[in-house]
Amino acid sequence: MSDGLINAPVSAVFGAVAVAGMAAAMAGARRDLDDRTAPMAGLVAAFVFATQMLNFPILPGVSGHLLGGALAAILVGPWVGALCVGIVLVVQALVFADGGLTALGANITNMALIGVCAGYGVAVLLRRLARRNRPGLLAVCFVAAFVNTVVASGGFILQFALGGDPAFSLGAVAGSVLGLHCLIGIGEGLITALTVGAVASVRPDLVHLLRGTARPLELRTVPAAPKEA
Amino acid sequence: MSTEVRRNRRLGLFFTGFALVALVIAGALSYFADSDPDGLDTATLEGCEVVETDGGEELVGDCIARNAGEHDLADSPLADYSVGGDDRFTGVAGVIGVLATLLVAGGLFWLLRRRGDQPGD
Repeated sequence: MSDGLINAPVSAVFGAVAVAGMAAAMAGARRDLDDRTAPMAGLVAAFVFATQMLNFPILPGVSGHLLGGALAAILVGPWVGALCVGIVLVVQALVFADGGLTALGANITNMALIGVCAGYGVAVLLRRLARRNRPGLLAVCFVAAFVNTVVASGGFILQFALGGDPAFSLGAVAGSVLGLHCLIGIGEGLITALTVGAVASVRPDLVHLLRGTARPLELRTVPAAPKEA
Repeated sequence: MSTEVRRNRRLGLFFTGFALVALVIAGALSYFADSDPDGLDTATLEGCEVVETDGGEELVGDCIARNAGEHDLADSPLADYSVGGDDRFTGVAGVIGVLATLLVAGGLFWLLRRRGDQPGD
């Protein structure tokens, strides 16, 4: 979001929320980062940046783009995932003048904190399904990403309720923001399922959500596998 | 060649491929992105009409987006994913963005990573 939509005090509050959240994510991220996952996480952040540039049409005259919280959290875990999305938002705001500077805290809160929590929460709840087989994994990615988008847009509604221009009806704003983000969530779900599915088909060991699986997804690597009926 | 070396090589290959995908998306596919306002912008533009003027776009009517200020860094060289305001270089801006993000995020994650005690998976 741009500057000026949310008043200064509320922007400052969410700036503090964002700083606290990013600090917590840094502390939590150490556990999930090693020589293999650290470069993977850097690439996930770069991929989220790239994919956020790809606005896709959702209605005539209206576009949407990936937020990336569920995508990042499923691939590299929630702490690292939150940092990935947060870094993307900082780069966008500071280098590309995309997303206001005073609104940066609110944007990080919505997309990097709320979106990641919601998306990863759904993914963890459905983890058994994700680990069962490929369609299960793709379905979980889709649902987690859809929820991530819609709940993250709810963050904006909360901020608008607290610090937006009271001349505008909150109900009308909430209705159009949520409605449009349900449509964007479908695109987010498809991109997330496609991306995680692609990574899982070559390197399931690099998908955080699948880690710790006793038997990873069986993939074409074994020419003849008599061990399974 | 040891399995360790082979494993590292395969991982390096995967990372290279992943980086290339991101670069192609930002450098080439970005030209095909829909330029219509996104969901949030659309919601905040409700009630307004965007009118093209000599000085750029102007909002006429009553909408939330009229409260939005211009970006403090709107004059920066890569503002709005252009290079010096030229949209023909969106792909260049995108590639710079991917590399900058990779550098910042990859650098931070490399510094934060656990050293020595590698997990046995």
